[in-house]
Amino acid sequence: MTENKQGQPSYKKRSTLPEVWRRFKKNRRAVVGLVILVILILVAAFANFLPYDPYKQSPSEALQTSSWSHLMGTDEFGRDILTRVCYGARLSIFIAFLATAFACVTGTILGAIAGYYGKKVETIIMRVMDILLAIPNMLLAIVVAAVLGAGAFNMMLAVAISNVPHYVRLMRSAVLSIQGQEYIEASRSVGATDWYIIKSHIIPNCLAPLIVQVTTRVGAAILICSSLSFIGVGISPPTAEWGAMLSKGKDFLREFPHLTVWPGLAIMITAFALNMLGDGLRDALDPKLKT
Amino acid sequence: MEEKRNLLEIKDLVVQYVTDEAVICAVNGLNLSLGHGETLGLVGETGAGKTTTAKSVLRILPDPPAKIQSGEILVDGTNLLALTEKEMRKIRGNKISMIFQDPMTSLNPVLTVGDQIAEVIMLHQAKSKKEAYRLAGDMLELVGIERSRSKDYPHQFSGGMKQRVVIAIALACNPEILIADEPTTALDVTIQAQVLALMKELQEKYRTSLLMITHDLGIVADICDYVAIIYAGTIVEYGTKEQIFLNRFHPYTKGLFNCIPDIMRDDNRLIPIDGLMPDPGNLPEGCAFCERCPEAMDCCKNGMPDQKEIEPGHFVRCFLPYKEG
Amino acid sequence: MAKYIFKRLLLMIPIMIGVIWLIFSMLYLTPGSPAAYMMGDGASEEAIAELETELGLDQPYLVRFGKFLKDFLLHGDLGISYTTKLPVLDMIKAAYPNTLVLASVSILFSAFVGISIGIISAVRQYSWVDNLSMSVLIVLISMPTFWLGLLLILLFSLRLKWLPSSGLGSMAQLILPTLTISASNIASIARMTRSSMLEVIRSDYIVTARAKGQSEWKIVMHHALRNALLPVIATIGLSFGMLLGGSIVTESIFSISGLGKLLIEAIKARNYPVVQGGVLCIAIVFCFINLIVDLIYAFVDPRVKSQYTK
Repeated sequence: MTENKQGQPSYKKRSTLPEVWRRFKKNRRAVVGLVILVILILVAAFANFLPYDPYKQSPSEALQTSSWSHLMGTDEFGRDILTRVCYGARLSIFIAFLATAFACVTGTILGAIAGYYGKKVETIIMRVMDILLAIPNMLLAIVVAAVLGAGAFNMMLAVAISNVPHYVRLMRSAVLSIQGQEYIEASRSVGATDWYIIKSHIIPNCLAPLIVQVTTRVGAAILICSSLSFIGVGISPPTAEWGAMLSKGKDFLREFPHLTVWPGLAIMITAFALNMLGDGLRDALDPKLKT
Repeated sequence: MEEKRNLLEIKDLVVQYVTDEAVICAVNGLNLSLGHGETLGLVGETGAGKTTTAKSVLRILPDPPAKIQSGEILVDGTNLLALTEKEMRKIRGNKISMIFQDPMTSLNPVLTVGDQIAEVIMLHQAKSKKEAYRLAGDMLELVGIERSRSKDYPHQFSGGMKQRVVIAIALACNPEILIADEPTTALDVTIQAQVLALMKELQEKYRTSLLMITHDLGIVADICDYVAIIYAGTIVEYGTKEQIFLNRFHPYTKGLFNCIPDIMRDDNRLIPIDGLMPDPGNLPEGCAFCERCPEAMDCCKNGMPDQKEIEPGHFVRCFLPYKEG
Repeated sequence: MAKYIFKRLLLMIPIMIGVIWLIFSMLYLTPGSPAAYMMGDGASEEAIAELETELGLDQPYLVRFGKFLKDFLLHGDLGISYTTKLPVLDMIKAAYPNTLVLASVSILFSAFVGISIGIISAVRQYSWVDNLSMSVLIVLISMPTFWLGLLLILLFSLRLKWLPSSGLGSMAQLILPTLTISASNIASIARMTRSSMLEVIRSDYIVTARAKGQSEWKIVMHHALRNALLPVIATIGLSFGMLLGGSIVTESIFSISGLGKLLIEAIKARNYPVVQGGVLCIAIVFCFINLIVDLIYAFVDPRVKSQYTK
C-alpha cells in the first residue's frame, strides 16, 4: 500500500496501473500462474540447450521409463521425451498465442465496427457471426483444420477463425453498453469526434474484459490445438507437438503410460497457468469485485 | 434522560468495517432512544453512519467486513446483540422491520409481490398459505394498491408503487419498530409526498415507533417528534423537533440548517459547511467536526466532548456549553 | 410467446442456409479430389474421373450447391455416403442415440455437481472449501479431455480392471465417458454459479429477505438461486448444445459409435456428404438448444418474459 500519512485514503488511487499490479500481487493464484507461465516460456525459449535432439531416433534406447539420463523416459523411437516436451512447449505456446492474437485483433475490430456504426454493417457482420456460432467451436476448428490440411500454420488459422466470433460478440456488446452511458453523450455534446470517443472512452473501457478473455482463451487455444493434433487434423506425429505425441503415445497406453502422461501433464500445466493468470487478472481489473 | 422505559435504546454502539487494507470506523459510541409510538428522525450527511446504525439494529450488516465491536441495542430491555441468530430471526420483520432506500432494487425480481408479502407473514404468523396470501392482498390494499396486482412482478410497478409494496412487507406483521432508511430519496417529489403521507397515516393508525433516517430536514419537520443529528458515527445533538428547529446549538446542526433555503428571508444566501467529513478510516483524535467547525477551540482538537444536557431533553456533544458554564 | 418462438424459428432458416453454404464452400475449396483419395495411390486418372462423374463431383460449384440445397429443403435428403453408399440421414439417425444418451447423462451429472459446488463455494466464500474447490476446478478446466479420458482408462480399465474402456451399451460403459466429458463442464458450471451467486447475494433484495427474518438457507435457495441461475442456464445450454454435436474426442477414445466419431471419420476419409449432413444437423440442434435456453430464461425471469410477449 502507498504511504498514508496525510490521511489520504488509499482507495482514492484505485484502478491506476500500480493499483492493478498491487491487487494482482495480492492474488496468490494469479502470481503462481504468472510464475509458471514465465518458466514455461523460458523453457520453450532455451529448449535447444537440452542435450538431446528431439527428432534423432535411437532404437536401442526405445521405450525406457524415467531414469537419470532420461527424466521422462524415451518414446518408441528412443527419443528423449523431456526434450520433445520442451520443444513442444515452444510450438504449442507460440501457436496458441498467435491464434489468440489473430482472433482477438480481427474480432475486436469487427465487433467495434459493428457496435459503433450499427445499421447495415452491423447486420452483415453479426449475421456472418451467427452462422459461425451455429457450429460448435471445436467442430468448426476441426472442419477448418481438415479443409486447410495438416501443419502448424493451418492449425493456428483454424483455431483463430473458430475463435473470432467470441471477440466480435464481446466487443460489440461492450461497445453497445458503453455507448449508452451518459459520459459518451457528454463527450459528444462538447463536440468530440467518433475517433476521439473510440480512442479515449471505448477502448480503455473494453480493455479489462478483453485482457481477461484473451488470457483464458489462450489456455483454451492450447487445449483445442492439442485436441486437433490428437485426432489427427492438426500437426502430424514426427513433429514434437504435445497433441501429436499423445496420439502416438496412446497406442502404448497399456505398457508404457509415460508416453501419454508427460505430454498431457505439460498441456495441463500450461493451460492451468493461463487460467490462473486469467482469474487473477479478472479480479485485479474488475472494479466491481473490489472489496 | 427521562425515566420512562424506552422501546428501543442504543447504547455506546461501535461498528467498524474491517478489511485487509483499513479499519473504517462507521459508528463510534452512538447513543439513541426511541419511545413507544414516537418518531425519531436520524439526520446526517452521506457516510455519517445512518444506514450502518439502522442495519445494526436488525443485525443485517454484511459480516465480513462489518463488525459490531461493542455496545448494546436494547428492545424492551432485551439486548439484541446478545441474542442467537435464530432468536434474532424471530424479531426481524416481526417486531422490528425496515424500509430500504431504493425500491428499485429491494424487491426480488423473480417473485411476485404477493409472494414477497406473504413470505414475511408465513414466517412470523402461524397462517396457512392461502390465509397468508389473503392477508398479503389486504396489505396491498392498505398501501393503496389493488388486491388483484398481487400476482404481478416488481418490474410491472413504478418506483413509488414499489416503495408501497416495500412498506406493505415491512408492516405486514404489525411491527413495534419500523426503521425507514431514506425511504423517499429515490422517488420523485410528488411521489415522495404520497409515500410520506402514507407512512405517517399507517404509523399513527398502528402506533408504530418509527426511526426515520434521512438527510432531508423537510421530512423531519413533517413527521418527526424527536431529532438526532449524527456526524461521523456519533450523535452530536439530540432533542425534540422544536428544540432542534428553534433552539439548535451544535455548530454542525447550525451548519446543516444553513444549507437549506429559507423563502421568508430574501437576503440570505446558502452557507455551505466548509470541507468534507473526515475519512472514517482515519478519524481525528478530538471532535470529528473540529476541522470544519467555525467555533472550534483548542480543546476540541484534543478530546471528544461528553454529552451535555443544555435544557431538559436537549443533549449536545460539544465543548461550547462547558466554556459558557 | 408463440409469436416469439415462430419468429426465432424463421430466423433460423437463413442461418442454416448460411451454414450449408459455408461448409459446402469450404469442402469445395479443399485441395484434392475425394475420388482420388478414395481410390488410393495406384488409381488411374480415368478411373478417378469416372468415380468423380459418378459422385457428381465434375459438376460446377453452383449446380452442386443448388442440388444439395434442393434435395435438403424439398425432400430432407442429405445425400448418400461415398463410402458406405447409405443415405447420410440414416447414418446420422443410427449414430444419434449414443450421442444423445452420453450428452444427456453428462449434462445432468455436470449440472447437478457443478451447481452444488458453485452454491457451496459462494455461500462460504474464501473458506477452505471455497479455496479448495476453486483450485480443483481450475485443474479440471485445464485438463485436455482426451488426456483425462486416457488417464481414466489407464487407471480404471487397464490397472484396476473395474470398468470397461470402450463401447456404450451398459451403465458400466457409460461411467468413464461421462466422467471424461463432465470434468470441464462441471468446472465451468460451478465457476459460473459461484460468481453469479456472489453477485446476487450482495444485492439489496437479499438484504430485504434477511430483514424479513428469513433463514440463510431459504434465502439462498428461494431468493438467490433463481436469480443466480440465469447465466448458469446459458452455460449449461451451451455445453449441452456442444455435447449434442457429438463429443468427437471422447467418442473416439472410448470407441463409441456416435455422431462425433461418424463425423471425424468422414472428415478424414473426405466423405463430403456425411460431413455436410452431420455439420448441418449439429448446427440445427445447436440453434434449437439456444432457443430453448432463451425460453427457459423467460420461464425463470418474468422481466425477460414480458419482453418476449411485447
